[in-house]
Amino acid sequence: MDKPSNFVVERAAFPQLFAALDTRGYTIVGPTVRDGAIVYDALRGVDDLPIGWTDAQDGGVYRLARRADAALFGYNTSPHAWKKFLYPPAVRLTHARRENGAWRVMENDDAPPRYAFLGVRACDLAAIEIQDKVFLQGAYQDSIYAARREPAFILAVNCAQAGGTCFCASMGTGPRATQGFDLALTEILEAEQHYFLVQVGTERGAEVLNELAHRQATDEEMARAEKILLETAQHMGRTLDTRDLKALLYQNYEHPHWNAVAARCLACANCTLVCPTCFCSTMEDVTDLSGENAERWRKWDSCFTMDFSYIHGGSVRQTHRARYRQWLTHKLATWIDQFGTSGCVGCGRCITWCPVAIDLTAEVRALRDTETIKGA
Amino acid sequence: MLSTLDSFPARADAHPMQPRLYRAHKRHRETPDTFTLELEAAQDDAPFTFAPGQFNMLYVFGVGEVPISICGDPKRSNLLLHTTRDVGMVTHALSRIKRGDVIGVRGPFGTGWDVERAVTRDVLIVAGGIGLAPLRPVLYSILAQRERFGHVSLLYGARMPEELLYMPELQKWRARLDLDVAVTVDRGTRHWRGDVGVVTTLIPKAACDPARTTAFVCGPEVMMRFTIFELQKRGVSDENIVLSMERNMKCGIGLCGHCQWGPHFICRQGPVFRYNEIRDWFALKEI
Repeated sequence: MDKPSNFVVERAAFPQLFAALDTRGYTIVGPTVRDGAIVYDALRGVDDLPIGWTDAQDGGVYRLARRADAALFGYNTSPHAWKKFLYPPAVRLTHARRENGAWRVMENDDAPPRYAFLGVRACDLAAIEIQDKVFLQGAYQDSIYAARREPAFILAVNCAQAGGTCFCASMGTGPRATQGFDLALTEILEAEQHYFLVQVGTERGAEVLNELAHRQATDEEMARAEKILLETAQHMGRTLDTRDLKALLYQNYEHPHWNAVAARCLACANCTLVCPTCFCSTMEDVTDLSGENAERWRKWDSCFTMDFSYIHGGSVRQTHRARYRQWLTHKLATWIDQFGTSGCVGCGRCITWCPVAIDLTAEVRALRDTETIKGA
Repeated sequence: MLSTLDSFPARADAHPMQPRLYRAHKRHRETPDTFTLELEAAQDDAPFTFAPGQFNMLYVFGVGEVPISICGDPKRSNLLLHTTRDVGMVTHALSRIKRGDVIGVRGPFGTGWDVERAVTRDVLIVAGGIGLAPLRPVLYSILAQRERFGHVSLLYGARMPEELLYMPELQKWRARLDLDVAVTVDRGTRHWRGDVGVVTTLIPKAACDPARTTAFVCGPEVMMRFTIFELQKRGVSDENIVLSMERNMKCGIGLCGHCQWGPHFICRQGPVFRYNEIRDWFALKEI
C-alpha cells in the first residue's frame, strides 16, 4: 500500500463484516452488554454489540448508561482487556498419566482458537504490543500466547470519546490506533448520518473490507474524523506526567508516600487482573482421586498476594506498602529496563476497578510533588 | 516405557515448559533435613549439559515444581545431582522419592558462576549451609583444571556440625595440598574440634591477594550481606564478588514474573550476579 487510504462503510453495511469474518473461520469477539457492563465476549452478529449504550467511569466507579444515539462503539474500555483471550486466565500446560506404574506426558493437542477482535481501542492495541514483547520477543517464547496471537484478526476502533479514567494521551498510546491492526474504524454519527471511516492496516484487512460495501472517503469525512479524535484527546479524564518517570520511581523506593497508599490499598489484586499488560502467572497442580492423572495449570497471579513472593522462611514482600510499590514501580519504571517500554498504556482500568479508588496518576503526582519539595 | 515418549521434544528449550522425564538413581541423606537426589534420563540419552550455578525445575507429578540448583560435576553428564532441604510440600515429596521413581525436570535455567573469568586469579568460595550445593560444581570445575587458578580456598559455615553437607568430600578436599578448606559452625558440640563462629570470621584469615581475587558466595541473604562487607574490607572489588540469589519461581524462563527483583528476573539475569550489578537492589528491603 502506497499511503494509508481511507474508506467509508455505511452503518447499514456493517453487518456484512460479520459474514466476512465468519467465512474466514474466525471466532468473533467484541463488546456486548452483560451483567451490567460492556464486556468482550463471543458475538453472533451486529445486534450483540452495545448499540446505544455507553459507560461512565471514575475512580472505583463503573456504570452503564443509555446514549441519545445508536452508536455501536460509543463506550470506553471494558472491565477486562483482550489479554483474557490471548493469555487465558487458566490454561493446562501439561497432562501426565501413569500407566503400569510409569508416567507418560501427554501432548497438548487442543487447537488454539482463531480470534477476530472487534473494537480494539488504541490503548489495548498498545497493550497487545507490550505483551508481544513480554511473551514473544524474549529468549523464551510463550507458545500458548503465540498460537493465539499470530492468527488473530484485529479490528481497531478509534475512541470518539474519552472516559473518566482514561489517560492514553499522556502515555502516547491513543486515542488513535496507529499500528498493529488489520482495519481501524472511526465511528461517525451526525444528523441523519451514521458511518465508519475505515483505515486499512494489512492486506488481510483489505480483503475483508472488499467484502463490505464501501467507497473512498471524502476530505470532509476525513476531517470530521480528525476533529473527533482531537476532541477525545483533549477530554481525557486523567493525566500522567511521564517526564523522568523511571528515574522518579527508582529514586523513591523509600518515599514515605508508599505508606499513605498502603493505608488504603486492600491488596485485592483487582488492578493486576484488569490491567491489559500484567502478565504474572502461577502454576497449579491437579490430580484425580486415582492418582493416575496429573495436570499442571497455569493461572493468572498477582504480585499483590502474600504467596507471590514466598520463599522458604517467609514472603519477601510482607507489607501492602512493598506490594503496591512493586506493582507501580514495575509498571512504570522497571518494565522499561526489562522490555524497553512502559508497562502502562493509560487505559485507566486499574483506577475504575480499584474498590477504594486508588488512582495511580494521583499517586505518581504525590510522589513527584513531595520529591520536588525534597529536592528544592 | 520409552516407546510411549517418541513424540516428546528432544531439546528442553524448544518446549521450556514441558518436563523431561528423569528416574531416581539414588537418594541419600546429607544431614537431618537435607538429601541429595541422583537422577538419570528416563526418556532420551541426550547428555545434560549445564554451567555451574544453573538450576533445574524439579516436578513431582501431581504435587508441584521447585527450582533447585544443580550440584553435581558438570563433566559427569549422565547423572544429574540436586541437594535439597525438606521444607515444603514439593521438597518433602522429593525427600520420599525411591530408586526408580520418575520425576519431571525442566532446565537448566539461569546464569552460571562463570568460573572461566576467575582463571589465573585467587578464588574464595564462601558458602553458608545448603549454599554449598550450587558452589560444589565450581569446585569440581576448578579442581579439574587446578593449575589454571591461583590460590583456592573454600570457606564453609553451617549452624551446627550435623548440618555440614558433603562430609566425605569435605574430608577429601581438606587433605589436598592445593586447596584450603576452612569450616566453621555457629554452635559447636562436644565432639566438634573445629572453628566456632559465623563464616564471615574466616574471611580475614583466608590466604588470597584481594586485588586478584574472585569470591563466589552463596548462602542466606544475611550471610551474604556480611560476607560482602568482609570481602570489601579485604579489598575485593564489587565486580569480583559473585553471588547467587533466591526468589520464588514458577517458570524459570522469565515469564511468570515471580522472581522479579527490581528490573531483574532472577531466573534469567540471575540467579548468579556480580555484586556491582545488583548493589543498589541488595541494599533495599522487600524488593
